[in-house]
Amino acid sequence: MKALSAGLVVVAAALASPQLVRTASDRDQTPVGIAKPWMMPRTADGKPDLQGTWNNATLTQLERPEGSSLVMSADEAARMEKGFSERVERLSEASDPNRPAPPKGGDGSTGAAGNVGGYNNFWIDPGDRVARVNGEYRRSLIVDPPNGRVPTPTPEARKRTQQRLALNKGRGQYDHPEMRPLAERCLMSFGSNAGPPMLPNYFYNNNYQIVQTKDHVMILVEMVHDVRVIRIGGERLPKQVRRWTGDSIGRWEGDTLVVETTNFHPMQSFRGASENLKVTERFTRTGPETILYKFTIEDPTTFTAPWSGEVPFNRTDELIYEYACHEGNYALSNVLSGERSRETREAERKKPQQ
Amino acid sequence: MRNTLRNALLALSGAIFMAVVFHTALPVAGQAPAGPRLPRLGGKPDLNGIWQAMNTANWDLEAHAARPALAMRPGPIVPVPAKEVLAFGAVGAVPGGMGVVEGGEIPYTPEGLKKKKENQDNWLTRDPEIKCYLPGVPRANYMPFPFQIFQSDKAFAIAYEFAGAYRNVYLKDPGPPQVDSWMGQSVGRWEGDTFVIDANGFIDQSWFDRSGNHHSEALKVTERYTMVDPNHINYEATIEDKNVFTRPWKISFPLYRRMEKGARLNQFKCVEFVEELMYGHLRKTPVQ
Amino acid sequence: MKYRSVLSIGTLAVATAVVCSLGPVAAAPRFGGNESSGGGQATPAAATAQKAAPATAKLWTMPRTADGKPDLQGTWSNATLTPLERLPGQGLILTDAQTAQIENRTKEVAAFRDAPSDPNRPPPVKGGEDRPLPPGEPTFIERISASAGGKVGGYNNFWLDPGERVLRIDGKPRGAMVIDPPDGRVPALTPEARTRAMQRAARTKAFGEFDHPELRGLAERCLLSFGSNAGPPMVPNYFYNNNYQIVQTKDHVMIMTEMVHDVRIIRMGAGLEHPPKPVRPWLGDSIGRWDGDTLVVETTNFHPQQQYRGASENLKITERFTRAGPDQILYRFTVEDPTTFVAPWTAESAFNRTEEMIYEYACHEGNYALSNVLSGERSKEKRDAEKIKKPQ
Repeated sequence: MKALSAGLVVVAAALASPQLVRTASDRDQTPVGIAKPWMMPRTADGKPDLQGTWNNATLTQLERPEGSSLVMSADEAARMEKGFSERVERLSEASDPNRPAPPKGGDGSTGAAGNVGGYNNFWIDPGDRVARVNGEYRRSLIVDPPNGRVPTPTPEARKRTQQRLALNKGRGQYDHPEMRPLAERCLMSFGSNAGPPMLPNYFYNNNYQIVQTKDHVMILVEMVHDVRVIRIGGERLPKQVRRWTGDSIGRWEGDTLVVETTNFHPMQSFRGASENLKVTERFTRTGPETILYKFTIEDPTTFTAPWSGEVPFNRTDELIYEYACHEGNYALSNVLSGERSRETREAERKKPQQ
Repeated sequence: MRNTLRNALLALSGAIFMAVVFHTALPVAGQAPAGPRLPRLGGKPDLNGIWQAMNTANWDLEAHAARPALAMRPGPIVPVPAKEVLAFGAVGAVPGGMGVVEGGEIPYTPEGLKKKKENQDNWLTRDPEIKCYLPGVPRANYMPFPFQIFQSDKAFAIAYEFAGAYRNVYLKDPGPPQVDSWMGQSVGRWEGDTFVIDANGFIDQSWFDRSGNHHSEALKVTERYTMVDPNHINYEATIEDKNVFTRPWKISFPLYRRMEKGARLNQFKCVEFVEELMYGHLRKTPVQ
Repeated sequence: MKYRSVLSIGTLAVATAVVCSLGPVAAAPRFGGNESSGGGQATPAAATAQKAAPATAKLWTMPRTADGKPDLQGTWSNATLTPLERLPGQGLILTDAQTAQIENRTKEVAAFRDAPSDPNRPPPVKGGEDRPLPPGEPTFIERISASAGGKVGGYNNFWLDPGERVLRIDGKPRGAMVIDPPDGRVPALTPEARTRAMQRAARTKAFGEFDHPELRGLAERCLLSFGSNAGPPMVPNYFYNNNYQIVQTKDHVMIMTEMVHDVRIIRMGAGLEHPPKPVRPWLGDSIGRWDGDTLVVETTNFHPQQQYRGASENLKITERFTRAGPDQILYRFTVEDPTTFVAPWTAESAFNRTEEMIYEYACHEGNYALSNVLSGERSKEKRDAEKIKKPQ
C-alpha cells in the first residue's frame, strides 16, 4: 500500500511539473474530418499567446470615399482582389526589349513604378487581399467616425501646418537632409509601419515579429528594424523624454492586450499629431492565423474627435530579414547631390556668356 | 527495515517510469546544477532582462594602455590627437584595458594584420560605429549600451539600444542564410544550462571594435551564454574567419544585469545624429 | 585530578601568551626619529629613549589588522635633510659634528629667510640676482631651492618645507639613503644607457627647452611630483608635501601620494601576474606579499616617460616596508635594471607618522605655470623677431 501511494505521489508530482503541462499549440489533436474547435493558445503564465511572425498588408486603404459603406459584399471583394492580381500579372510580363527611352520628365504614369521608373512592380508587395474583420470585407481600416474618414483637423492643427509651411517657404525640398521624409532618411518606415498605430505601408515589408515574456511584449517591425518594447505595468517616462515609436505601457483586459502609447518623438508626426498624441491599441488573437488589431487615435489639439480603426494581422511563414536601410542609403545622398549638380548647372547657364 | 527498502525501491522505479514516459528531469548525481539558484523558464535559465558589458572591449579587444585618442597624427615630440578629435580632449581618450581575447592576441594572417593597421590609420572614415551603422556580432554585445533579451517558450530575441539593432535567434534552424546582413543570422539551442548561438551570413562591413579589428563575409561566430548567478551571464564568443585569421579565437567576459528599478532600454536610434556628418556637405548651403 | 590538569594547562597558556607578546618587541629594529617639520613626531624624550640601548627600550607591540598582518595604515611623511647619494667627505653614518652642522644650518637659514623683508628694498636687477644667505657652506637642499627660480624669486621660504632633521636609522644619523653599493652612490650607467642618454640629449638639443609642453619636466606638466614622491621608489622631493596615506585591506595595500594625488594600488595574493608588456601605467604595476612582518612589493611595467634616473622599460623596483615603532615605518628599496645600471642598488629611508591632514593636490587644474612658461617664451620669440626686423 505504502509503495503504491509513494508511486502515486511521484506520478502526481511529475504531472504537476511545468514541462508536462503542454501549452495548447497549433498541433491538431482532433481526428481528421472533424472541424476542430479552436482553443486560444496561451503562454506559460496563462496569457493569450500573440507570438510569431505576422503581416498586415492589405488592399484596404485607411479611409474610404465619402458616402460609401464600411462593409463590401463578398463579390465586390473578389472583384477587387481579382483586379489586383490581373494587374500584377500584366505588370509582371516581360518588358519590350525594343521600347524607347521614357520621354524627358517621365511618361506621366502614376504609382511607385511610374513616371521616371522608380520601383519596378517586382519590388512591390502591397498585399493581395481585402481586409476581413469578423467575417466582413472592409472598405476602410477606419471604423470610427462612421464615415470612415480621418476627422477634420482642429484650428490649432491648421495653424501649426501654416507655420510649418511658412518656415519652409524659403527652402527647397532638396536643400537639407532634414527636409526629406523620414523614410528617405531611413529614420522610420514608409507610412506608419511601426507607429503606433501599426499600419500597412502599401509597398512591402509589412512584417512583424512578436515575442512575449512575463512582463514584456516585444514587437519587431521589419521596416526599419524598429523594436517596440511594451512594458506590462510600469511607469510612464518623464514628459521630456520623447522616443521614436513613443513609450508603450500594456495591460491585459481579459484576453485582449491593451497598449497605451504617448511621449512620441517630436519629429514623428502622425497626420500632424505628435506632442499630445496618444494611441491606444488592442490586440486580440482571433484564430490560429489571425490577430485582430484595433487602434484609437486621440489628440484634441490635432483632431476634432478621437478616431479608430481595425486591421487584421495574418500569420506568415516567411522569415523576417534585416532591413538595414541607413547602411545602404544611397538614395538620400544621391537625391541631395543630384539637386546640387542641377543647381551648379543652372548657375553656369545663367552666367553671362564669355 | 526491509519494508522501507522495498518501498523506496518501488517509489524509485515509479519515478524512473514516469521520467521515461513523460520526459521529466530525473535528478541524478552529477547532473544537478551547482551554484546559486537561477531563475528558470521552462526548465532552462531565464535570461530575460537588461544586460550590459562593463569593459573596454569596444575600444580594443586586445590588452592596451590608455592613449590620447583613436585618431592620431605625428607631433613634434610624440604623436598627438588628429585635428578632427582634438577638441574632445580627455573625452576622446581611450581608456586602458586588460583585453578580452583568450591568449592575448588576435591571430591575424599577414594581410589581415596589414588591413587592421590601415583601418586604425583611417579610423575616422572607416569605423562603421561612427556612422551609426549596425554594429554586427559580437560587437553589439559589448557596446557601451545595454541590450534586452526577450526569451519565451517559443522565441529568443535580443534588442540592442545602440542603433536599435536587433537579432532574432531562430530556435529552429531555417537553413543557410538567404542573404548576408550586418547582424547575421542566428540559430540558438540549449546545451545543458548554456544557450549556444551559431551566427553566420555576415557582410564584411562591420568591425569588432574601435581599433580596426575586422573580418570578411566568411565570419562565423559561436556564442555561449551561461548564467552564473541571477545577475551575471558568462559570455563567450568563438570567432572563425578563414580569410582573415590563422585559426579560431575566443573572447570572454561577464555580462552584468542592469539592476536599477525601472531599468529599460533608452532609445539611441542615432541615424538622425549623423546626418550632418554624412550629408552636411550636400546641403544647399553648408553649415558654417 | 581534573582540576589539576586544567590548572597546569591554564598556566602554560598564560605563560605562552606572555612570551609571545614579548616577541615582536625583541625583533623590532631600533632606530630613532626622523622628524619632518610639521609633524608631531616622537618627542625628544622618546627619541632619546629609542637611541638608548635596546634593553631599556619601551615595550611596543606590532599593531595588526583584523587578518593578523602588520598595520601600516595612517598618514606618513618621508621629508628629511638626508640626500639620496652620499656627499664627499661623508661615511655611512654622519659624525655628530656633521649632523649638527646640517641641522643647525637648516634652522639658521629658515630663521634668516623668515625675517621680514625690507619694505624699502629695490626691485631685483634685470635677469635676477642670487639672494643672500647666512655665511657658511650651503646644504645640498639650499642648492636645490636656489635652482628653483632663486634668482628671480621662485619659491619664498614660506612655501618650502623640506624637513628639519637628517635620517636616523637604528638611532644613527645617515649621510645618504643609498646603502649598496657601499660607497653610498648610485652605480654607473651601462654603455647602453649612456647611449640612450646621448640620444635623448641630441633629440632635446634639436629643440629649445621651451618649445613644446612635452619638453618640460613631468612635475611642471603636472604628471608626477617633483623628484619621485610616488615612484616607486618613494623618495622625498626636498620641497614640500612629502605626505602619504596608507590604507590596507585583505588583498590590497593602497598608498596615496599627496603630490600629485597619485594612488598606488598594490595587489596582494598568490598567483598574481604583472600585466602584458603593452600595458605600462604611471607608477608601474605593483604586486605585494608578506615576508614575515615585512611587506615586500615588486613593481614593473613603468610608463615609458617615467624614466627613474634614466631607467628603461626593464626597470624593476622592490620595496620593503617594516613597521618599526608606533610612529615609524622603515622603508628599503632596491633598483634593478641591467640595461641601465651596471649593478642593482639599494637605499633605506623612513616614513614618520604625521598628525597633519592630507590636502588635495589639484596640480593640473591650477597649472598656470606651464602655459605661462610657454607663452612667455613665445612672446620673447616674437619680440626678438621684431627686433631683428627693425634694427635700432
